[in-house]
Amino acid sequence: MLLSIDEGITGYRDDSLETVKQNRDDYEMPLKILSYKDLYGWTMDEIVAQIGRKNNCTFCGVFRRQALDRGAAMLNVKCIATGHNADDIAETVLMNVLRGDIARLKRCTAITTGSEGTIPRVKPLKYTYEKEIVMYAHYKKLVYFSTECVFAPNAYRGHARALLKDMEKIRPSCIMDIIYSGETMSIKEEVSLPTQRLCIRCNFVSSQEVCKACVLLEGLNKGLPKLGIGKSSKVKKLLDEYNTRQNNLETAVKDLEDCNITDKKTSKTCKNISNGFKQKECNATNCCTNKTERNVEKNNEKLQTVLDKYSLENNSQVKLDEEDSDDSEIKHQDEDDTCSSSCGRLGVGF
Amino acid sequence: MAETLTVEVMFGGGAELLFNKVKRKEIALPPLKTFLPDSQNQNWTLKELLIWLKDNLLVEREELFLKDDSVRPGILVLINEEDWELHGQLNYELKENDKIMFISTLHGG
Repeated sequence: MLLSIDEGITGYRDDSLETVKQNRDDYEMPLKILSYKDLYGWTMDEIVAQIGRKNNCTFCGVFRRQALDRGAAMLNVKCIATGHNADDIAETVLMNVLRGDIARLKRCTAITTGSEGTIPRVKPLKYTYEKEIVMYAHYKKLVYFSTECVFAPNAYRGHARALLKDMEKIRPSCIMDIIYSGETMSIKEEVSLPTQRLCIRCNFVSSQEVCKACVLLEGLNKGLPKLGIGKSSKVKKLLDEYNTRQNNLETAVKDLEDCNITDKKTSKTCKNISNGFKQKECNATNCCTNKTERNVEKNNEKLQTVLDKYSLENNSQVKLDEEDSDDSEIKHQDEDDTCSSSCGRLGVGF
Repeated sequence: MAETLTVEVMFGGGAELLFNKVKRKEIALPPLKTFLPDSQNQNWTLKELLIWLKDNLLVEREELFLKDDSVRPGILVLINEEDWELHGQLNYELKENDKIMFISTLHGG
């Protein structure tokens, strides 16, 4: 069975989906395609428009992980096989070493991953060099898709990849050696590692109380693009700032409604509004009313669809008067603002 | 007197996008001395072919195909369906009707 995830990246994923469909026809296997738009209400293009060209991989990778899990659950399969090859694993090991990400380092070299209650994943091509795979595809005349993701050049992984390729030229066995090092690296006992549990919001596997995907989504919907990127202490700080701003807004808007609006006042209020999150109507004509109103509606809609779909409680409300009750529960997450190594290469697929 | 040397170049794995979507092309190479007067060699080698490609066929993003004197690491070169590493890589001397294929292995995210 084939499962493909459509992140909504024009010029990359839409083309690759055509190839996957051809694979489905050639090999006569059923295909299921899940899109970010349906699952989360955002396509990658929209996300990049909001957050800029850095840290895209974090969103894409985190969402894809979950999307694959959901898809597998829908299809009721026993195991998911991904196409990660030796080059990918070596790049991931390098990246994790460079970032000091011990937890990931341990997991990334495992050929099967999975815990209680989750569908295991396997990487059958873990020891196959990308070069071998390309040659094989060439000689066997297999159809595959071969373009780089448009956002990849800015990714952290790109640097690791460049280094790896240069090293491979000098000493081709380095790829295998790096994988071996990654597998055998051991950690001192005193170092604590996060345990795997379930996200309190969406019930998918997570190492924190609220899983990364939920945090990222919340950030997107609130117009806090940096939520979930960077140090975890910043998450709390950002949310606190956001809530103080909301409270200030509330008081300001209440004043507005009571008395006549002067230009000075509205422009002052509008400055306080971040990313178009206007809660009540601003009466001034020189205000960015139309734009922000639309944004609010759009975001509210999105939030609502996502929440409805997964029957989540609407506790991260985009309303003025309610405190976000979950803020205090978002704990430390150890993400840097670099590309998370969870991109799940879907370029070369058979 | 050297005449023109006919070789066929092919691009795959995404490399064709750098060459105006051309997947295969027959090219007639002029005598080496006319193209590169101060070259050390008498005959065309892959090294000079790369320079020729850069000047004549490569339309965009040079850094995605070439690096220094050679191809960017990650691009495979096949000479008559055989890995160029078996034939001395850049020093391989081109022969009439050779088929040189460049396949990019850099995909995905």
